[in-house]
Amino acid sequence: MAIRNKTRDNLWTLITTPTIWAVHFVLSYGSVAYGCAPNENIFQGIGGYRIFVGGLTVVALGAIGFLFFRALGEWRRNGGRIPHEEDSVEVRERFLEFSTVLLAGLSFIAVLYTALPAAMMVDCR
Amino acid sequence: MLVGAVLIWVAVIGLSVFATKIRPGAYGEKAGLRLIIWGGCVFPVVVLTALLVWGLQMMPVLRAEANGPTIAVSAERFWWRVAYDVEGESGVARSLPEGGVPSANEIWLPVGQRSEFLIGSPDVIHSLWIPSIAGKMDAIPGRVNRLVVEPTKPGVYNGVCAEFCGDAHAQMALRVVVVSPEEYDAYVARQSEPASVGAEDEGFRRFMENGCDACHTVRGTAANGRVGPDLTHLASRRTIAAGTLPMSPENLATFVGFTHRVKPGVQMPGYGMLAEDEIAAIAGWLETLQ
Repeated sequence: MAIRNKTRDNLWTLITTPTIWAVHFVLSYGSVAYGCAPNENIFQGIGGYRIFVGGLTVVALGAIGFLFFRALGEWRRNGGRIPHEEDSVEVRERFLEFSTVLLAGLSFIAVLYTALPAAMMVDCR
Repeated sequence: MLVGAVLIWVAVIGLSVFATKIRPGAYGEKAGLRLIIWGGCVFPVVVLTALLVWGLQMMPVLRAEANGPTIAVSAERFWWRVAYDVEGESGVARSLPEGGVPSANEIWLPVGQRSEFLIGSPDVIHSLWIPSIAGKMDAIPGRVNRLVVEPTKPGVYNGVCAEFCGDAHAQMALRVVVVSPEEYDAYVARQSEPASVGAEDEGFRRFMENGCDACHTVRGTAANGRVGPDLTHLASRRTIAAGTLPMSPENLATFVGFTHRVKPGVQMPGYGMLAEDEIAAIAGWLETLQ
């Protein structure tokens, strides 16, 4: 059964936002660790890396936000209602959209928490 | 923090009492959803964000730059090798710096200064913990950890090994003496002096005859072993056997004669086979090492 003019959700679209969170986490911590290694001067500033993490955070939040509203919009427009208990392609689609919304919300907060240290720390300490 | 935790605890228990005892029964879907969104999502996010911001603000303070002495502390089964005024290398170090003024099992610190400990271990993982002064810091073989402490009140504090390290782990303690910067300088200057030992001293003769010098150093004499604690100013410390017994001739004799009864598992063999007066002579001489 075709799903009208919408994205067809699957497990890959479901895990996109947590994947963005994971990539943001690795790049944020990895880049600053690279900049501070071998940690000879713990008072060395990390200004450039903070800007990098800041930019990365804006991109990650933007992408997560886009996916959040995309999934939420489709869920609402197509009469999404919890609980999703019926055995049909339509309901499975709504279930995936709703799950995507929840995971996007979680990923959004997680990305903010990952970026907070870079916002508040100014050196390699 | 405690007040906040108690308030949250009271709210959660209160809600569960309300839902099970005061107003039991079914609740509407909307009420349930509202509780999940506000109580399960919004509230934890706000609280955790506040705690995270608060915690992050404190982190750099924990690694503030030291402006006092650098002291190397090597945690060894089951005692603390101490060296004052060492030159620490910057960055990641694999081993503690050599040199400095050696001592053991008692650390003096100047009050109001940020002193830096360089902490290592040659054998297993230990952890230096002086609860009244700072949090724990692990002593890990093959790695030097740093801990900056800033004692604010003079006094004598207890420290322990906080990571199980073997038989005598519980007897691996130390004293930390916080004094004025002038007293600290005078103390380190005294510790750097050799011992004043008369070679004809009976106790010293017994000490050398029985091979104690293979493991212990007494600066100013031929004793230059590196296995056990430096004994040059042993009697100036408050305790023996790493905080296990108060310093006294009787306790020194007990430790020399019945080492493993006092501290099971230490490398030093007991010298119970020596005659009592011989042990007493060694203990009496050790007591003079001020």
